[in-house]
Amino acid sequence: MMRRFLLIATPYFWLLALFLVPFAIVFKISLSDAAIARPPYMPQFDWAEGIRAFISQLDFENFVFLTEDDLYWKAYLSSLKIALISTVLTLLVGFPMAYGMARAPTEWRPTLMMLIILPFWTSFLIRVYAWMGILSNEGYLNSVLMWLGVINEPLVILNTNIAVYIGIVYTYLPFMILPIYSTLERLDGSLNEAAEDLGCSRFSAFWLVTVPLSRPGIAAGSFLVFIPALGEFVIPSLLGGSGTLMIGKVLWEEFFSNRDWPVASAVAIILLLILVIPIVLFQRNQQKQQEAEQ
Amino acid sequence: MNRMSRFNAVSLTLGFAFLYIPMIILIIYSFNESRLVTVWGGFSTKWYGELFQNEAFLNAAWVTIKVAVMSSTIATVLGTMAAYVLVRGGRFMGRTLFSGMIYAPLVMPEVITGLSLLLLFIGIGLDRGVMTIVLAHTTFSMCYVSVVVSSRLVTFDKSLEEAALDLGCSPAESFRLVTLPIIAPAVISGWLLAFTLSLDDLVIASFTSGPSATTLPIRIFSAVRLGVTPEINALSTIMISIVTVGVITASLVTKRQMARQKAEERAAERG
Repeated sequence: MMRRFLLIATPYFWLLALFLVPFAIVFKISLSDAAIARPPYMPQFDWAEGIRAFISQLDFENFVFLTEDDLYWKAYLSSLKIALISTVLTLLVGFPMAYGMARAPTEWRPTLMMLIILPFWTSFLIRVYAWMGILSNEGYLNSVLMWLGVINEPLVILNTNIAVYIGIVYTYLPFMILPIYSTLERLDGSLNEAAEDLGCSRFSAFWLVTVPLSRPGIAAGSFLVFIPALGEFVIPSLLGGSGTLMIGKVLWEEFFSNRDWPVASAVAIILLLILVIPIVLFQRNQQKQQEAEQ
Repeated sequence: MNRMSRFNAVSLTLGFAFLYIPMIILIIYSFNESRLVTVWGGFSTKWYGELFQNEAFLNAAWVTIKVAVMSSTIATVLGTMAAYVLVRGGRFMGRTLFSGMIYAPLVMPEVITGLSLLLLFIGIGLDRGVMTIVLAHTTFSMCYVSVVVSSRLVTFDKSLEEAALDLGCSPAESFRLVTLPIIAPAVISGWLLAFTLSLDDLVIASFTSGPSATTLPIRIFSAVRLGVTPEINALSTIMISIVTVGVITASLVTKRQMARQKAEERAAERG
């Protein structure tokens, strides 16, 4: 009995203390006032005062501040836009690759799979960094294009949103390919043959049979790209420019440069509220898929 | 279907070129004599020499490895326990909250995890350093370990454990002698995943580290913010090679294991 208790309690209390409690602290600080003290916030909640005093003092000043300053609105909207566009781009690059892998000779598949997984184990930071050398004004891409005579002036790509899209597609591609590949691999090829026998062209058979059947994989892959891309920090700060507004970067700057902890916490709470919708949809998609398998 | 259509062959070739060309360029230019990163000035390994004399990078590498070994080991123990509780634990109070806390960190943006842990450490007056990074990394990577291990626990036959118990094993013995050997591959890949996640992490480490502990990603990030440098190219090449060797070895080992397992199954069928 004691053993069972310890088995449950150890990971349970670890997560309570280092996941749930910190989260409650962020929530609390988001409701408190900034002060130029150290730590730079006024504790709004004193255990001795009790809940009633907390509620009477409660103010949503920081949240009101977020709605008034349009920097934050723009940052949320532009994060959503960047995450959405990059998810679509990743799907456009990833689907043909997943499809090609699923149609490749069986003995090649483990090797192809390994080639997809290998970049995933390589440092994320280094993979983003690799693009800095390629996309800069004097970078490899511009050198090659100028040498070929395609362009006369270097293209400005680094420090724009285009570089951010490229970075997100590049780093999150394995997350898109793997779930799509696993649904495509299980598809019964005879369904397509039947569609073709019944008069479909090869393309319409693909569009009417393969794509709908691989929808759970497409959905899973899209969420796996969209959710982390929304709060991304490294890619916009290395590849994006001053015009690239993403909420992860705003939060970082609010915290490290402006040292305004209450506003940073309020930014975090709202980001989380935005994420709840895609996360719930993702969970539902996964559950449906599991039920379908059983 | 043994032949690939032209469309599939083209999309795979282009896709893999997109995935690998940036890394190949990085590797080639790490051997560039010139400091100008886009101009080829002849073959040289001098940046590797400079890297190994750079005290700051070596210290950061040591801190990173220490943190990764400690956090992934604790995370593997806690994550395996959590997986066992989730799959075999039955009902207990607060089970829903528990599984919520296992899955939530997987989708939590790193900036939020980092921010919240920093506020906790400051709130309880813990000095930031190696210890706080280990605590932070353990917390998020134990969730990954538990997902990996529980997917293995779900698929294996519970009656093997029950048979061990019937034959007089204590629950602890049955876990050690039956369950653990069966889930061992998942536990090992969980550890590797936790180790890699810890080596890789910039955001959470930046929030939870103090001036006394700088990890390699933090050091790399502050160096590359200003642009591409040949030393970082050399460092990246070393890291890419280690990962490549690791992944290829792991896949060869699993391939051999699967072959052996199949041979054993066939032998068992023949009796």
